[in-house]
Order: sequence, then structure tokens, then C-alpha cells
Amino acid sequence: MKLDQIARGLLLKEFVSGFGLAMKYLFKPKATIDYPFEMGHRGPRFRGEHALRRYPNGEERCIACKLCEAICPAQAITIEAGPRRNDGTRRTTRYDIDMVKCIYCGMCQEACPVDAIVEGPNFEFSVETREELLYDKQKLLANGDRWEREIARNIAADAPYR
Amino acid sequence: MSVLDILLTVGLIALKSVLLLVALLVFIAYALLADRKIWAAVQLRRGPNVVGPFGLFQSFADLLKFVLKEPVIPAGANKTLFLLAPVIFATLALSSWAVIPLSDGWAIADINVGITYIFAISSLGVYGVIIGGWASNSKYAFLGALRSAAQMVSYEVSLGFVIITVLMCAGSLNLSQIVRAQDTAIGILGWYWLWLFPMFVVFFVSALAETNRPPFDLPEAESELVAGHMVEYSSTPYLLFMLGEYVAIMGMCALGTVLFLGGWLSPIPFAPFTWVPGLIWFVLKASFLFFMIAMVKAMVPRYRYDQLMRLGWKVFLPLSLVMVFVVALVLKLTGLAPVS
Repeated sequence: MKLDQIARGLLLKEFVSGFGLAMKYLFKPKATIDYPFEMGHRGPRFRGEHALRRYPNGEERCIACKLCEAICPAQAITIEAGPRRNDGTRRTTRYDIDMVKCIYCGMCQEACPVDAIVEGPNFEFSVETREELLYDKQKLLANGDRWEREIARNIAADAPYR
Repeated sequence: MSVLDILLTVGLIALKSVLLLVALLVFIAYALLADRKIWAAVQLRRGPNVVGPFGLFQSFADLLKFVLKEPVIPAGANKTLFLLAPVIFATLALSSWAVIPLSDGWAIADINVGITYIFAISSLGVYGVIIGGWASNSKYAFLGALRSAAQMVSYEVSLGFVIITVLMCAGSLNLSQIVRAQDTAIGILGWYWLWLFPMFVVFFVSALAETNRPPFDLPEAESELVAGHMVEYSSTPYLLFMLGEYVAIMGMCALGTVLFLGGWLSPIPFAPFTWVPGLIWFVLKASFLFFMIAMVKAMVPRYRYDQLMRLGWKVFLPLSLVMVFVVALVLKLTGLAPVS
């Protein structure tokens, strides 16, 4: 046993096999992705930046039920509601998300009965001031318009599993 | 010899030195990049790839960054020694290159005690480390310097015996003569790496320990200590320490090339291969040794300090002593000993 060990040590057995393994890894395809130029994979349940969606006819989905505001564990959502002036249906007059408070848990989109508030696939929304992270209704609706295609596709892809 | 002759000689030596220095520093800039790239590739990373195509200008960007930063000198430090230490370290590392024959007759100083000179210079390098550690007036830097010094001194002993075995085979202290002694009809098989293979391994490992390279980078183990004797250094002084370290590593690669890999000789000793300039063979061989050193960094875990000392004093020292005896015996009995 002892002699065996010494022989292996002298013949550098461990070193040679380790070197072989390291050489194999040296030429393997690299695991690093070239991030700003190349995106990593994001699944359909990815919880990124929030968006407020609209129906295809342009009507906002949100009915101001305030379930998202109630469930939000970080209390990041503030909603004020009232009847709309032209048809009297209940709509939000104010829908703010404090993105600094938000923990991206996805409870708001789970709670929403009409799939109005969703977390889209976008995560590249860093800004230079804190104020820019206090999203209002306008910003959220604009996000919804911008990411609608991806969001709809993700919801469709996830639908069979819920 | 007239004054003009002396001036001419001095001028020629200065010119050669500047040429070698520039070439060496550019080579080391890319060796550093290669080191990082190899390390990254083994870990399935890409390594630096943003500055220039494939990150080719990374080392120069780092150089600029170091030079433009503010050097911080600790309040309690001995300012003169603190700034002198990195200069000593880098200068000594660079000066050992004076005797290395890059090709046949291409040494700045082709002196007859070349190997002794290199050995003396590399031993002096410890002073840069100790002075740097002491002058920082920080207990961490001082402990790092002590560890570094102890390590460098212990491995120099076995390195000395390795060199003695080579000297016995070559019969000369002149580095060019050592290379010429390996010039046989069988090319690569006639070089000392094969005939003195255990010594080649001992040399390689001792070179790693001598230059504080992983797996023996205990004085500056990134994940455990900050930077050993360099902990208080920043900006250009730090750059000089790092530069000295890499110059010393390349110096060890060059020494290994001269002692064991036949220096500028072609591995296949007939026509198309002997036409290739000796410098190219030398650079290829030194780069190969550097590649091995980089691979070792990527794949071998760091030694514990007592293991390091055990390997140095209890394994390599007896092994190299026995090899000195065995080689001397074989040379004497077979009558292969070189006559001089």
C-alpha cells in the first residue's frame, strides 16, 4: 500500500490524469454567455418588470378590484379607484408601483382576476435616480403596450400547467 | 582600448538591453493575458474579452489603470524603503535576463558563471519581498513577507541541487555551453529533460514555489489572505511587484528551457527544422513551460503551509541529494563525464 502510493507519486499519476482532465475542459465550449450581446434563457414564468395590459380593442383590463394591492407583501402597490366619467364603469384613477419596494414575488399577477397586472420578461430597466423607479399608471400601461406580444405568448405557454 | 571603444561597447550593451527589455515586457503582457485566459478556459469561463479583439489589450489597459491610480503610502511606513522594495524586486527579476541566451550567442552578457549569477540574483529577490513587508509597518504584510521568504529560501536548496546535476552533465556554468552540451544527434531525446526526468520535475515544482505561483501561492493566497507582502501596496509600486513576479516566472521558464529543454536547439536535428531561427524554438519552449505553469494554476489546489515545507525539506531535498549522487556515479562509471 505504502509502496504503491510512492510509485504513484513518483510517476505523477494524479498530476497526469488531472492535467488530462484540465485539457479536456480547456477546449470545451464555454459556459459564459456574452451578456449584453447575447441573452440567457428566460422561461415563460420569468418575473421581471411589471406591466398593465389592455384588451385587443384598447380597453384597459384593470377593473380596480385592488386584490393586488391587498396581497402585495411589500405593500408596493397603491391604487385609487372611481367610476369613469363617460360610461360609469369602475376603473383606477391611480395605479402606482414602487419598484424599490417590490420583491418580484409575482403575487399581484396571481391575484389578478383579469390578467391585467403581469410581470413581463424585461429585466433591463435600471435607471439613475430613485424617482424613476416609482412607476405610475401611465408608465405601466406603456410597458404593457411595449411587451404585449411577449407577455401574451408567455401566458399562453404557461396556461396548460395551471 | 580607447575611450571610444568603451563608449561603443557600453552603447551596444545598452541598446541590446533596451531591446530585450521591450520585447520581454510585451511578451509578458501577453503571457499574463494567456495565463488569465487559460485559467478561465479550464473553468469554462471566457476570461478577459472586452478590451480589444479577444481582450488582446487587457494587459495594457491594466497597466494604464495602475499607473494612473494614486499610490497610497501608509502613515507609519518607512517611505524610502517602502518605495524602494518594489523597485528592487522588479529590477532583480529583470536583471537575471542578462545572461540568458535567447539564441546561439544572443545573450547580453555571455559570462562563464551565468548560472551562479542567476541563482544569486533570484536569491536576492527575497530582499525586495522582506523589505516591502517590513517597510509597510503592517503585521499582515510582515507575516506575508516572512512566509514568502521562508518558502523561497527552502526551495532554493533543492533548486541548487537540481542545477548541480545539470552542471555535472554539461560540465560548464556558462548557459550557452549548457545548451551546446545538449546538442546531440538525437535531438529532443538528447536533452536533459529525459535523462534527468526526476530532476526536471523537481525543477518545475521548485520553480513554482520559488516564484510564489499556485499551488504554492501561500504568501498571497487570494481567497484567504489579501496579498501577503503586497497588502499595503497600490498603484505603480504594486504594478512593479506584479511585474517582477511575472518576469521571475518567465525567467524560470527560460532557465528551464536552457537547462532541460535544449535552449535554442531544434527538437528534430535535421534540415527543415534546423533552418528555423533559434529564437523561435526558445520562445516556443519557454511558452510551453509557461503554459504548463498556467495549467498547474488552473488545476492544482493550494498546498497547506506545513505540506509545502514537508515537500521542500523531506521529499525534494533528499531526492535531489540522492540524484546528485546517482548522476555523479553513473557519469563516473560510464566515463560520460564531460572533460574540461
